[in-house]
Formats: sequence, C-alpha cells, structure tokens
Amino acid sequence: MARVMMRGLNKKYDEVHAVIDVNLEIHDQEFVVLVGPSGCGKTTTLRMVAGLESITSGNISIDEKVVNELPPMDRDIAMVFQNYALYPHMSVHDNMAFGLKMRKFDKPEIARRVREAAEILGIQELLKRKPRQLSGGQRQRVALGRAIVRHPQVFLFDEPLSNLDAKLRVQMRVELKKLHDRLGTTAIYVTHDQVEAMTLGDRVVVMRDGRVQQVGDPMDLYNSPANRFVAGFIGSPAMNFAGVRIAAQNGSLWAESDGFRIKVPQPIAPRLGAYAGKEVTFGVRPEDMHIAGDGDPQDLSFDTAVEVVERLGAEILLDVAVGSSAMVASVEPTATAKVHEKLRLAVNPERLHFFDNETEAAI
Amino acid sequence: MIEGALWRRWVFFYVPVTAFVVALLFPFYWMVITTLRPDRELYRPWNAPNYAPFWTTHPTLEHIHNLLTETLFTTWMLNTMIISLAATAISLFCGLLAGYALSRLKFPFAGSIGTGIFITYLVPQTLLFIPLSDIIRNFKLGDSPWALILTYPTFLIPFCTWLLMGYFKSIPKELEECARIDGAPRWKAMLYIIFPVAIPGILSAGIFAFTLSWNEFIYALVFLSSPEQKTVPVGVTSELVRGDVFFWGELMAGALLGSIPVAFVYSFFVEYYVSGITGSVKG
Repeated sequence: MARVMMRGLNKKYDEVHAVIDVNLEIHDQEFVVLVGPSGCGKTTTLRMVAGLESITSGNISIDEKVVNELPPMDRDIAMVFQNYALYPHMSVHDNMAFGLKMRKFDKPEIARRVREAAEILGIQELLKRKPRQLSGGQRQRVALGRAIVRHPQVFLFDEPLSNLDAKLRVQMRVELKKLHDRLGTTAIYVTHDQVEAMTLGDRVVVMRDGRVQQVGDPMDLYNSPANRFVAGFIGSPAMNFAGVRIAAQNGSLWAESDGFRIKVPQPIAPRLGAYAGKEVTFGVRPEDMHIAGDGDPQDLSFDTAVEVVERLGAEILLDVAVGSSAMVASVEPTATAKVHEKLRLAVNPERLHFFDNETEAAI
Repeated sequence: MIEGALWRRWVFFYVPVTAFVVALLFPFYWMVITTLRPDRELYRPWNAPNYAPFWTTHPTLEHIHNLLTETLFTTWMLNTMIISLAATAISLFCGLLAGYALSRLKFPFAGSIGTGIFITYLVPQTLLFIPLSDIIRNFKLGDSPWALILTYPTFLIPFCTWLLMGYFKSIPKELEECARIDGAPRWKAMLYIIFPVAIPGILSAGIFAFTLSWNEFIYALVFLSSPEQKTVPVGVTSELVRGDVFFWGELMAGALLGSIPVAFVYSFFVEYYVSGITGSVKG
C-alpha cells in the first residue's frame, strides 16, 4: 500500500515532448485511471512510474521515497501489459512464481501464494498449462495473478483489457473492480476507453498531447468538464458542439447560431457576460436533449430535421440537422420520430456548457 | 496449394515442384550411384554397348571400405567435427550477446554498429584469407585446428549476430520488461526469459553456423597442410585427386559420408525449429 506522487514530470524524446509537467498525487488504496487518445502520453507516464522509461525531469515517489533512479525490480510494483507478456516457455504456475523465485521466497511460501492467487482468480485448474493453451480471458487472469502474488505496493495496468472481445471486457472490468476492492492496493490504470475509465476509476486523469487536462472523480468529469476536449472525450455518444454568438438583449443573454437561438440560463449568464458579442462554443450532451413538449419554454428549444434514427432499445439516438450543424439527441424509446421529419428539441437548462473558442476552457 | 482447375494445379504446382525436387536431389543420387558402382563400370567409355550411367547392376561397398581403411577419412571427419562444433560454440556465444545488445540495449551508434557487422559479413573470404594467413603465421597457429576454430568465427559471428538480432527484435519487449519488474536484473531476464524464448532462433543460427563451418573450404585449404590435420572437404579433394587421376568412387563416398552429419543435424533440428516457431513468441 502506498501513495504515488508525480511532481513536474517531463519526458522528452529526441523530437517529441511526450509528457509535459504532469503533477499527480495518487492516494493510498486509490484506483486512478489515466485516459486519453493514443499518443497522449498516458502509457509513457505509466512506464516512467514502472521504471521502464527514464525521466527527463521531475520526480516520482512511491511511498514517500523518490524512485527516479531505482531499477524496476526495486520499486515494489507489478505491471499488467496489454499483450499480457506471459512467459511462453513456462507453465501458468511458473509464470506466477517467477517473481517470487527472483526475490528468493522459500518454496512453501511460493506455493501458498500462487495457490491463493489462483483461487482468487479461479484459475486453479490451469496451473500446469502453458500460456499458448489458454484463451484470451484466461491469459488475462494469469497476468493478473502474476501481479498479485507478489503483494506489491502499486499495481500498474497498461490497457489490460483491450485485447479481449467486448463481452469479456465488460466481465473482466467488473472482476478487476472487485479485485481492487478486495486487495485495496493502489492502482494506476491506463486506457483509451472512456467507459473503462469512468467505471473503474476512483479518480480519472484525462490527458492530451502530454498534458493533464483534468483530474477528478468520474461524475465530476462528466458534469463539469474543464475544457472542450474533456467534454467531448467523456460520455458516449459524445457531447454536441456548435459555434454560437453571445448576444445581449432585453437584459438577458442569448446564444445564437444560424439554426437556433437559446436564452442563456441564469446560473451561467453572469460568467458569459464578458463574452457578449463574441463567438463561443456551445455544448450539450445527447442525453440532455429531449423532444419538446408543451411545457418546454420556446427559448430553450429549437427546430431540427431528423436525418438518421438509431434504435438502441433502451434509448433512441436521433441524428439531426440544426441549421448548418449536426447534433445527436438521445430520446425516449417510445418516441416516434421518423427520418426527414421536422422535430422540435428542447435542452435541459441546467446542463448546458460553453467553451472559450481560444483557450477551449469551460466558461 | 493452388485452387482451381486440375490443369492449373499441374502447371503451377506439381510440375514446378517435381522439377525442383529432381534438380535438388539428382546430385545426391549421382553421389550414391557413383559410390556404389564398381570401378570397372565407372571407367567404362560412354559408347560401350552396356553403358548405363543411371544405375548399376553390381553395387559394391568397396569404395567406402577403401575410404575408411586406406585414407585418413575418419581423422578428417573427427577434425571437421571438432572444428565445426568449437567454432559454432564460440560464434553462438558471441552472437547471442552481441545480438541481444544490438537489439535491446540503447547505446550510441547501435544501429550503425549493427549495419557495420553485417557489412563485415559481406567481405568475401577469398579476400580475407590473405591477411588472415599472415595473422595465423604470426601466432604460429598454422596447420593446427586452432587456425580454423579461431578464424571461422570471423564470418560466423557476424552471421549469428545478425540472425539473432532479428530474432530478438521479434520477441515482445514486454516479456523482458515484465521480468525486470518481477525482480530479475537484466542479465537474469536475458538468461531465464529471452534466451529460452529465443531457442528456435538460437538453434537455427547454430545449425547454419555448423553447416557453414562444416563445408568451409578456402581457409581449411590455406591454413592446413599436413594430411592428418585436414577437414573433410579439403581432405577429400586434395588426397583423392592425385595429379590428374580422380578416384571417383572414393571421392563420392567421401562426399556422401561427409554430408551425412549435416543432413542429420538439419533433419533432426528443423523439426524442432519449426515446432518452436509455431508455438513460441506469442505471449
């Protein structure tokens, strides 16, 4: 169990500045997920914590001890790789025992710990097999087993579920969560999948181009994204964006574009005051839109043309055209919208987002 | 396998394969038939009435017997075996370490050193033996097995290094990283994880190195002079061709027996090698 700290962490390759000024404090027993598109520096950050990449500048400390110069074996961490990295010439048992043998544990202790880990993961019957005789999910379990037998201070996961099929991925996600609850070991988990990030993380770190965009618990990121990138990255289907102009009229602010005109609701209005007469980006999540009824005020709804109807069962996604921009709305499964139909959609006034066009920061 | 009509299979598969197999195996057949043919048939003129070059009616083991009893062939076999094994061992050891370092360690000019090693392999032996013979003389190694055991690695090490470098690159580096996180220093990760996984590559490098030194001719011809020091390729051609007299039966018997160890090594290990490749590196 340990706290992991990153202070002013930088990684530069010859041309590329892969990780820029990352400051992160991961509490004891916390499950933190680093998420972002490929090439955002999340894996590099994780590999620096593991000691597999050198640090250009900054500090990493594990359990209050700076580990910058420590080789991976002395950091008391365990890592699960995307391709599992099982030793192909060793049996499952030997794969799990390897780390303990290297650390000179005595035989009964090794046997006990391997048995214990195998029980936790339900792979007792597989101990004698070779990795190539295992399915993807079983390999994943062995890779986890190899990490947990050592009782390390920190678990590092590098996209461990991306090689599994969709169904198994969901199942393993749940198991990982249970495993973490049971063992309580500090964990850093890297993924490009925002659903994984949201479901697994106690806190989620969104990264882009080597920089941390936002750190927060999953609902924070969803409800109040710090910038346009986080807003678009978290949530599925993604948030709708449209360029709007802020206009002041009759003592209130309006967001205007060629297809719609919405009155800026009261809680946000003061912050948008300075933008009167300027262009900003307006954002609304598909699930924060609904088909306008009689009770919906005119100034929070707009006309659209339905272009595609996607029936998902629990909800229906409508791809609509609003003026020159396209939006997706998630509506009740009972809705009867048809393609080419005109439809009036209303937005939830408490859940509108505005972003500065230059800094992309939330307003 | 070629799909489609029967004639396509014949034209694009059976006929070329047959031609290929015949062309490859005919020299061996010729070797065998010449070995077994008695002298009176061997030296019969082509226009003799009962001339039959492709078979014999009176097979004999006489040439093999002569080869084993009246020449130093067994000594040559032993020499070749010792020299090939020693040269292969030295080259594999160096090739393993160099190949690993060039493919996995980050150090300045790793790439250009790799290319440099490959280029040294391209320098023809027919050029290299001239300076090498000077070195052999200075170290007073001439006419001893050491002359070959120490010179064969000059072309075997680049070869093994290059081959193993490629093989090491194909092993996911996560395997080793995982071992290092698991608590193995780099040399243990190399010894316990990378080398066992690389066994198919190491075996094939070993087979090729062994074959190359077994068949090597120029260095053996230049550096060894006394008959009892010679290797099979040199011994057979120098001791069984006297002036313009060719002892064809013994020559072919020598060639046949001399190629058996190589053929054996191949057939035994290639099986191993193929099974190793199909089931290994994927984690």
